Amino acid sequence: MSQQTLTLSENTTTETPLRVESLRKEFGGITAVADTSFAVEKGSLTGLIGPNGAGKSTTFNCITGVYTPTAGRVYFDDTDITTDSPHEIAQQGLVRTFQIARELSEMTVMENMMLSPKHQQGESLLRSVLPGLREAVIKQEEKNRERVWEMLEFFEIDHLAGEYAGNLSGGQAKLLEMARALMTDPEVVLLDEPLAGVNPTLEQKLLDRIHTLCDEGYTFLLVEHDMNIIMNHCERIIVMHQGQVLADGDADAIRENERVIDAYLGDPV
Amino acid sequence: MSGKLSEKTVRETVITAIGEMVGDNDLRMIAGLLAGVYLLCIALGLLAGFPIGGIVNTLRAVTVFAAGYGMLVLALNLHWGYTGLFNIGVAGFMAIGTYVTAILSSPPTMMPGPGLGLPVPIAILGGMVATAIAGLLTALPALKMRADYLAIVTVALSEIIRLSIKSQSLAEFTLAGRTLGTGGGRGIRYPAPGSIGGAVTETVPGMATLAEAAAAVGINTPVFTGLIYMFILVATVAIFYSIIVRIGSSPFGRVLKAIREDELVASSLGKNTSIYKLKIFAFGCALMGLGGYLWLGRSGFVNDLSFRPNITFFIFIALIIGGAGSNTGSILGGIMFSSLLFYVPQFVSQNFSGNASPPGSFAAAIDGAIVPYIITNIGPLRFVGIGVLLIYLIQRRPDGILGHRKEDAAAVNLGERPQSQSRVNKEKSS
Repeated sequence: MSQQTLTLSENTTTETPLRVESLRKEFGGITAVADTSFAVEKGSLTGLIGPNGAGKSTTFNCITGVYTPTAGRVYFDDTDITTDSPHEIAQQGLVRTFQIARELSEMTVMENMMLSPKHQQGESLLRSVLPGLREAVIKQEEKNRERVWEMLEFFEIDHLAGEYAGNLSGGQAKLLEMARALMTDPEVVLLDEPLAGVNPTLEQKLLDRIHTLCDEGYTFLLVEHDMNIIMNHCERIIVMHQGQVLADGDADAIRENERVIDAYLGDPV
Repeated sequence: MSGKLSEKTVRETVITAIGEMVGDNDLRMIAGLLAGVYLLCIALGLLAGFPIGGIVNTLRAVTVFAAGYGMLVLALNLHWGYTGLFNIGVAGFMAIGTYVTAILSSPPTMMPGPGLGLPVPIAILGGMVATAIAGLLTALPALKMRADYLAIVTVALSEIIRLSIKSQSLAEFTLAGRTLGTGGGRGIRYPAPGSIGGAVTETVPGMATLAEAAAAVGINTPVFTGLIYMFILVATVAIFYSIIVRIGSSPFGRVLKAIREDELVASSLGKNTSIYKLKIFAFGCALMGLGGYLWLGRSGFVNDLSFRPNITFFIFIALIIGGAGSNTGSILGGIMFSSLLFYVPQFVSQNFSGNASPPGSFAAAIDGAIVPYIITNIGPLRFVGIGVLLIYLIQRRPDGILGHRKEDAAAVNLGERPQSQSRVNKEKSS
């Protein structure tokens, strides 16, 4: 626990766009998250691991405004976002993907992607209807379409552009979800098991891509079950157990942490 | 025959005008279905021994019916088809639109239901605004809850509205020194929107001559003015259609579609879904209010009986037949439901029914005795037909006629792809 408090006090805010302080979430008598605190550094790929029921997804849902925490605070770029609604949080640049891919199945891959960009002029009812104002909308749509194609190429799902999202395989849907989240121009991306159901070749490509994006300044917080991926790719790892942060540090520190080994790993990795 | 010819040419111009907006294929579907319905009506009219004026009037009536359904199904498609908002209070919103417009336009001396005597266009605008506000007030609490609650709230509200209209205490009341009222159970009388056909005939140059020419071939003046109103209704449907197509093919429509698919995803991508739902609910309600006034309120008299909940369900059935989510489907469904399931059976029972008693045995039924019995009882039997059709649709074609279609929600062609740099490079290297 001492290490975690250290992280909080030492890091300045610009380097930790996302900070969670004493977060607590209770469902009736069950405490899913109990006084969890951590911070995510800018441009990092931080892993969040823990056994089933450790409170990882609940933490995600509290950060992104899907749940309102029972107690504690969430800060994004120094702004308190604890009580903000999901759309307000997303607009500020903190987006998420879902554990089970939630593609918009009756919409095409292209439509899914075109939904994301921020500040779309055509999202006003008046502008979308009145003839004189539609020119600007079309121009912006063309620009967004170009970006979408680039993003689809980046994730190598451009051949599926016209397909209904509901027809995608599990892995493809995961790719779509990540691409869709990135189209919002986020600062921090929360990825909830983005690699589940993705084949090994694609997995490697996806990880390369995440690293590329990290170098460009994007920040990722990643929930993942595959221990090797977390150990090999994340600069920093937060281990949760029974709703609390059990350990917080780099791969070596986690590997040697006895409490982690007891709670989660069973055997030393 | 010149009257019919002119009707045809006018219709053709309208069709070409719509065609430019719609694209040929959809237009052909609508025109084809209409032509089929017209042929059926002409055949039935001839069988019943109608003169030419009667047949033209039949075609007019079936078109007005189809246009009325068209407007309301399109508005409902905006709620249910695009956004997934389960609004089963369509009748209530139609009632508000009709009654507010009626009270605003009706002169203070008009009985039953005295009003403010405002000019009709302003009254129509007022009716639409009032319906939009009613929609907002309904949606505000209901949209915060799960989708089913909106259905419960709207169906209850629609009955509350209808019973309030009927209530004696609202039949006549004084507001800021002016006496207004809904007329209660006696209904409300107001300047008929349908009378605009007469006004057009009198004022627009050339129309009077046309009316005389029509009268010469047996189409009397009331039918002629009715035809003018019919064209106004058809034009309104075309306007509804083009507005809704524009909404559907815009980023706004894309967000609506996303809300229908998964609201949490839409909000996780930064869309304030409550605002979108409120906006589209209010807008759709305003269209329903206008549709109610122009269609059910066309004669200048309505009462609460026009706005019973069954009209809501009929509009839903028409949308399901046409295919929720498709605008062309909405119109096709509206035409099909109103003509084939509603107007034609009514026509048959009015003009061909005798006093057929039920066939005594199965053999007699097979032998042909069932036919006059069906014709006589086609009124109630058509509801059996609607039930059978719905079961068939749910099993075989749950998407309706056109619900399966891809109508991309974007202001640009999403298939169009720029030759991006990385792609060019890839091609060069390979």
